[in-house]
Amino acid sequence: MTERSVVHSTFVIERFYPAAPAKVYFALSNPAAKRRWFADPDSPNPSRHEMDFRIGGREINAGGPKDGPIYTYNAVYQDIVPNERIVYSYDMLFGEARISVSLATIDLRPEGKGTRLVLTEQGAFLDGHDNSASREHGTGVLLDMLGAALAAEG
Amino acid sequence: MLHDTAQLDLMFQALADPARRSMVERLSRGPASVSQLAEPLAMSLSAVVQHLNVLEASGLVRTEKLGRVRTCQIEPKALRSAEHWINERRLTWERRLDRLGDFLAQTKDEIDEN
Repeated sequence: MTERSVVHSTFVIERFYPAAPAKVYFALSNPAAKRRWFADPDSPNPSRHEMDFRIGGREINAGGPKDGPIYTYNAVYQDIVPNERIVYSYDMLFGEARISVSLATIDLRPEGKGTRLVLTEQGAFLDGHDNSASREHGTGVLLDMLGAALAAEG
Repeated sequence: MLHDTAQLDLMFQALADPARRSMVERLSRGPASVSQLAEPLAMSLSAVVQHLNVLEASGLVRTEKLGRVRTCQIEPKALRSAEHWINERRLTWERRLDRLGDFLAQTKDEIDEN
């Protein structure tokens, strides 16, 4: 039986790019351009990517290890201000399990000759990430830590 | 949040006792009632409950009363793996935005021409 849990978390990532906001926006909004950086090139399975870039439009990115469950990214564009802002909501599936539902905002601000990109993700992280095997493993790790700590003290 | 020193101290104190360690090991295989936990231990039920209180205070174990039965289960793992998962997500986006930077650098001229 899956143990139900939800953890809320927000993280913010900032980058400065020496390119004009219009160029950064192009890389975020043009499907062919986005495909060139969005999917992990080291992922053993080529991912499926579909993108309908307009308010209410969807984006799907699915991929994963050859024998493992597929990760599916399923987004809806909620707000688009060209060259300035993109807001989208998305959920992540691991196989059949929904592991998170998030709201993400990408803010583009001109800074000198470049662009400051601020990505804010607010998420509800769900029980799908957990399973009894990892819980058992985690307990083992905790006991190992205890053993190491006691050995160091002794 | 869970990894601050005070919390770790409480966990280590809780796990410093062999009876409590065996209770945690038992619970790592799945939830159990208090009497199930007490069964393999040579101690009274009230002693088991006292140990459980220490484990609960440390955040390692959660207990829940359903009718007349108190069920115990391992608690921090869900949070710990959620924390891990959130960090993974953050890392995914860090890598993506680095690749976006590479892409912008590589296509600087292409896009300029368009």
